[in-house]
Amino acid sequence: MLRFILGLIGAVFSVVLLISFFSNVSTYLTSPPEHTAEEEFHLHPKHLTLASDGPMGKFDRKQLQRGFQVYKEVCAACHGLSLVAFRDLEALGYNEPEVKAIANQWATEVPSVNPETGEAATRKALPADRFPSPYANEVAARAANNNALPPDLSLITKAREGGAAYVYSLLTGYRPQPAELVKKFPAAKTPQGLHYNPYFPNLNLAMPAPLTADGQVTYAPGNPAPTVDQMAKDVAAFLVWTAEPKLEKRHATGLAVTVFLLFATILGYFAYRNIWANEKRKVRVTGVLDPENQAKTARARRKAGVKG
Amino acid sequence: MATLEQSAQGSDPAESTDGVRRRDFLNVAAVSFAGVGVVALALPLISQMNPPADVLALASTEVDISKIASGQAIKTVWRKQPVFIRNLTPAEIQAANAVPTSELRDPQTLAERTKPGKTNWLITLGVCTHLGCVPLGTGEGENRGPYGGYFCPCHGSAYDTAARIRSGPAPSNLMVPNYEFVSDTTVRIG
Amino acid sequence: MSFAWAKPYEPKSGLMRWLDERLPLPRLVYGAVGGGYPVPRNLNYWWNFGVLAGLFLAIQIVTGIVLAMWYYSSADGAFNSVEHIMRDVNAGWAIRYIHMNGASFFFIVTYIHIFRGLYYGSYKAPRELVWMLGLVIYLLMMATAFMGYVLPWGQMSYWGAQVITGFFSAFPLVGEPIRIWLLGGYAPDQAALTRFFSLHYLLPFVIAAVVVLHIWALHIPGSNNPTGVDVKDEKDTLPFHPFYTAKDGWAAAAFLTVFALFVYFAPNFLGHPDNYIPANPLATPAHIVPEWYFWPFYAILRAFTVDFILPAKLWGVLAMFGSILILFFLPWLDRSPVRSGSYRPVFKRFFWLLVIDVLILGWAGGSAATPIRVAISQLAAAYYFAHFLIILPLISAFERPLPLPDSISSSRLHGEQKEAAPAGISPRRGATATAE
Repeated sequence: MLRFILGLIGAVFSVVLLISFFSNVSTYLTSPPEHTAEEEFHLHPKHLTLASDGPMGKFDRKQLQRGFQVYKEVCAACHGLSLVAFRDLEALGYNEPEVKAIANQWATEVPSVNPETGEAATRKALPADRFPSPYANEVAARAANNNALPPDLSLITKAREGGAAYVYSLLTGYRPQPAELVKKFPAAKTPQGLHYNPYFPNLNLAMPAPLTADGQVTYAPGNPAPTVDQMAKDVAAFLVWTAEPKLEKRHATGLAVTVFLLFATILGYFAYRNIWANEKRKVRVTGVLDPENQAKTARARRKAGVKG
Repeated sequence: MATLEQSAQGSDPAESTDGVRRRDFLNVAAVSFAGVGVVALALPLISQMNPPADVLALASTEVDISKIASGQAIKTVWRKQPVFIRNLTPAEIQAANAVPTSELRDPQTLAERTKPGKTNWLITLGVCTHLGCVPLGTGEGENRGPYGGYFCPCHGSAYDTAARIRSGPAPSNLMVPNYEFVSDTTVRIG
Repeated sequence: MSFAWAKPYEPKSGLMRWLDERLPLPRLVYGAVGGGYPVPRNLNYWWNFGVLAGLFLAIQIVTGIVLAMWYYSSADGAFNSVEHIMRDVNAGWAIRYIHMNGASFFFIVTYIHIFRGLYYGSYKAPRELVWMLGLVIYLLMMATAFMGYVLPWGQMSYWGAQVITGFFSAFPLVGEPIRIWLLGGYAPDQAALTRFFSLHYLLPFVIAAVVVLHIWALHIPGSNNPTGVDVKDEKDTLPFHPFYTAKDGWAAAAFLTVFALFVYFAPNFLGHPDNYIPANPLATPAHIVPEWYFWPFYAILRAFTVDFILPAKLWGVLAMFGSILILFFLPWLDRSPVRSGSYRPVFKRFFWLLVIDVLILGWAGGSAATPIRVAISQLAAAYYFAHFLIILPLISAFERPLPLPDSISSSRLHGEQKEAAPAGISPRRGATATAE
């Protein structure tokens, strides 16, 4: 009885699913879904190699400093970095006085309270502070950016499919919208106020190209030339650090832990074989592994109809 | 867990003693190695309870003392605790120096509790050493107790002008944190 | 525990004797996982996964308790508290990544454990209750994992909560009030977050209690084995300690090595980038997907696209819950007296079809719901229900199983020489049988 009821339930689910299946298939055949501009013109991120790539990757500190400089001079005007504290910059190779100076001279000040009147005020940043947001709140951010909200960049390389490669591709991917696209998908013409970029999932984004010319940022001597491509790579590398400042520690610990565990596995395996040494779980005949005997075995098995 | 048995079950009694010892060693080695791993694992689990980097970054604060007039005191915060910064008047300094240290429960001179050349600046934690209340005496009109310093309303501990315990249940003087004068108008505590 | 030849507990030291006389804990441990618990001697590595599941439960509880020391369950602060753990708390990054990947590995191990049970008939009499308690553990795991994923309050946390609590509104009349009751509001917000935190902390201990019952119920008949043949006498078993403690120990080290590779070198591989974006109730992510271990169920949910008597959404919800609930009836759906798939050739083939089917459902659930993928998941879901509710009962009624060995040890040892010879060949002169 129970099996009958359950069987019926199974039949019902299967039937409803098959109805859905046939409806789905017929809809697909009669009115296939429209091909979209995104499907055709969206590009996957370009390939980017960074020093931090790979299981034993380490940060290139000079690149991180260059990337920080790009962030400071180009991106910080609109994008916050609210999860990073100024003191964290010591990991980039800056010493304590340098960090204090960076914090003190940061363009945006940190919100505070006037100690005499109690009114909202600002004060210069200290190393212990996190990077202050360029805008007081979301409303101010949108008002200044054509109703678009510039995302905080602290985690951007972990928050986007493609990571650093996506950031690099986006920054170097701005180009005029291809005439072919406009012809095929007139509705997808870049609206006023947006900018075409095939690396962006929706193809048109609110941010104008932030890196427009070589030499936009002046690097210190001893660094590669600040081409748009180089600046994009450097800021992408910097943003990998902001998202994952513990990357090097993680890799180093990982190496130690993996080696330890591999060794523990090997030791454990031999201890296991040791303990089971006299227990007859499997019987292996040493003489039987030559090809002639193997062939004889296979033939005999087939004759006896026994499965392997 | 059951303790590790020394020899494997069903072992061949004809095994040489050397062979048995070698076999035990392998088992013991494997278990010890695992044990080392477990201990190594415990270390980060314990260390994570320590203050994180952002709290440690706030371990020292700088305070502007330029606005504190002679005879005034302010309350500020350091490591989430109250700190009293008092600009002692000459009369208060004299009163503090006049007390023989033998009379004190926790003998300390004013000079020991201040920086040379800046004996008028008394910087102490605002935490009563009895059970942790915040003593009165920093604000205008607050009760400064029988010794003209600080007075703790919770159980009646009375501190003198050098914030030393004179009467009441507190065992020691208000704690003087590490501090230094970054300039004449700025003090870094901690 | 239930075998006559199980060694009784002998206290090895004065302290143990003192303790055992007052609280029989040493003898309980000895009889459960020590030298006093006989286990079939022929268990293969598929039997390691139960212990591994217990290991990962312990890892999750330990790392979880530590994370709870730093996590704030406020809608404003939760995301930042997790990042605080990652950046500022000593070793916080490691503990968080272990907990995050530990959940995935807990599910991997549990799925293998479940499929082992399906193949070898571990759900059959007299172990039906072990099976059902296991399903209860699985349901609790799913609830715990879902609530845990909401806690970081990222985009996927929020929208996943929105979708899953939205299931309940599929039920007519009572659905919407239940949904609002669950959330403590009209959408996932502060109330939902704090209660999920509270329950997420509680449920693993409930799981631990059910695990105790699960193992207790197992230890009455003892473990199943790859032949599915019952244990007959002492020759068929070995004491759990040291034989299976050693085997479980080394395999655990091997498995933890793989786990470490993920934690330290690919910690975000099994996750979704959108959860590194703070939750925004006004912006829906392009593709809302749950964590990978829910993908097969997500595929079943989305497979119902047509209203047929009931709305499609309600079918999806019923089928999704149904897909697990039908497993409770498995011991009565599959009535074959032969337990192990090794001796059931027809069953074996359908078993592998089921595995492939579940993998397909998983793939479909994690992808965008394009018409072709939905079509595939519709067929796969239909097979899933047909497999358990129609095919298995029919197989168990009509199949002809292979002959079973007399006993566990007889399938291994007839006598050295005979066993040493491959089938149909007399022993080669000079060939020696070596015990391994």
